[in-house]
Amino acid sequence: MCHNPLNKVKCRVISNREIAPNIYNMIIGVDDMADSVKPGQFVNLYVKGGVHLLPRPISVCGVNRKQKTIRVVYAVVGEGTKILTTRQKRDSIEVLGPLGNGFNINVEAQHILLVGGGVGTPPLLETAKKLKEKKGTAVKLTIVLGFKNDVYLADEFKAYGDVHIATDSGSKGFKGNVIQMMESEMKETIKNIDYVYACGPTPMLKGLFDFNNKYGLKGEFSLEERMGCGFGACVGCVVPIRRVLNEESMKITKETMTDIDYDYKKVCQDGPVFNYLEVIF
Amino acid sequence: MNLGVKFCGIEFKNPVFTASGTFNSGKEYESIVNLNEIGGIICKGVSNKPWKGNSAPRIAETYGGMLNAVGLQNPGIDVFIKEDIPFLRQYDTKIIVNLAGRTIEEYCEVAEKLASEDVDMLELNISCPNVKEGGVAFGIDPAMAELVTREVKKVAKQPLIVKLSPNVTDITEIAKAVEAGGADGLSLINTLIGMKIDIHKQKPVLANKMGGFSGPAIKPVAVRMVYQVRKATKLPIIGLGGIMNGDDAIEFMLAGANAIAVGTANLLNPRATIDVLEGIKTYMNLHNILDINEIVGIIE
Repeated sequence: MCHNPLNKVKCRVISNREIAPNIYNMIIGVDDMADSVKPGQFVNLYVKGGVHLLPRPISVCGVNRKQKTIRVVYAVVGEGTKILTTRQKRDSIEVLGPLGNGFNINVEAQHILLVGGGVGTPPLLETAKKLKEKKGTAVKLTIVLGFKNDVYLADEFKAYGDVHIATDSGSKGFKGNVIQMMESEMKETIKNIDYVYACGPTPMLKGLFDFNNKYGLKGEFSLEERMGCGFGACVGCVVPIRRVLNEESMKITKETMTDIDYDYKKVCQDGPVFNYLEVIF
Repeated sequence: MNLGVKFCGIEFKNPVFTASGTFNSGKEYESIVNLNEIGGIICKGVSNKPWKGNSAPRIAETYGGMLNAVGLQNPGIDVFIKEDIPFLRQYDTKIIVNLAGRTIEEYCEVAEKLASEDVDMLELNISCPNVKEGGVAFGIDPAMAELVTREVKKVAKQPLIVKLSPNVTDITEIAKAVEAGGADGLSLINTLIGMKIDIHKQKPVLANKMGGFSGPAIKPVAVRMVYQVRKATKLPIIGLGGIMNGDDAIEFMLAGANAIAVGTANLLNPRATIDVLEGIKTYMNLHNILDINEIVGIIE
């Protein structure tokens, strides 16, 4: 029975606990939806009550097809996510999904770099797992994770590859951001990278855009933008995407772009994952 | 039970329409909603040339509603004719095309191109800013509203309804002006203008600063305006503004709407149109209403 991602379903909360300050880990029983989730996709979680109407789009961190559950890790960033933290075991929660295009894990690559920043890290866990499941020892993963101060999920990545951690505060690992860490400590590793998957805050992706270009890397970024519906109908969550890819167009920024340089694409439907070269910062 | 309504001489199988800008041309909903079951699809606003729309963020949540400043991003009338009309014609529903424009000439150009197309009705979106008048919306001034209606009516082949903006002191004045301009029907309300400020970043949430306020929070304003306009003109009315379920739809019809449109609700529940239709049927069964048209405008 193929689940229709636009079928809004009442699901069951299995667990919902804080794993770092203001970071929560929720397991949701989603029935057939679990079968169709691809790494890099997200789900819409809805808040009850009729006051906070818009969906909270949260990336999927893990899927358990046997138990028919998905795992989401979310940050408390506003009123809606704050209310989500109060959902307890056996509560119902309405879910729409899976949504978005997800990462392309069928690329030909032997050494892959995954770069996660803060709450952009969760979807990379499912991505790492699927890459390893698909290619086994034929692929080597290098995982780079950056946090402000509190580190979460990093240990779970160790099952799939080498994990390098950077924290702004220096509480763990390299003191600084992921770009700084890679430039100062990982130059040899970077030379062997075939492909990059990244998800995280815009400043990190902007830095990584320049970094990837500098080292001639190919890859995909998962973007975010404030959403309305989350499934392509309202045309709210747009980002400017380059029309052509060449040396000149790489220099275009949000400040300098003119109408002919870009098209607005929907993060929820055309994305959230895009070829990083197409993204205008 | 009869759900069929006749509006501007066109037979609609039921009074449930989709509001412009919330349903595109239906493709995103095709897999979850049987488009044959919807009375009429009012498409996303179409302009003569492609419009890119505003920068993001375009969306903000408010208490019981939302703000949008999408800016009418659309690929233009040529693409619409080539792709959206054939898509919709696969289904047994009525096609109502929403017209967007920045000048009277732009509106007319779209209407002219649609004159030879197989669409059922045109909805004139007069909440667009008139660039020749300093960006003031067409729909806030009775004289401008009448003029744009009159000019588009000259070139329109299909019945023309005008979608009214609520951001005016007296919507009945605009309704009467548009009636004088030759409109065949009205739809109201479009969004209210609102704003949300991020107090920690200390700036507006929307890149456009202000946006259209929609959702259940605006329903009382919309119902009131339908009620007032019903008494002010002889034109048939499509009522919209915060309809989430069948009960809301019935409110609008009692107030004077011949048909209703579901908007923001679609974004929150892809099956909203069907849920609203089922809710209307439930109400009719409860009150032994055999023909939905019986309840239109029966509020004193």
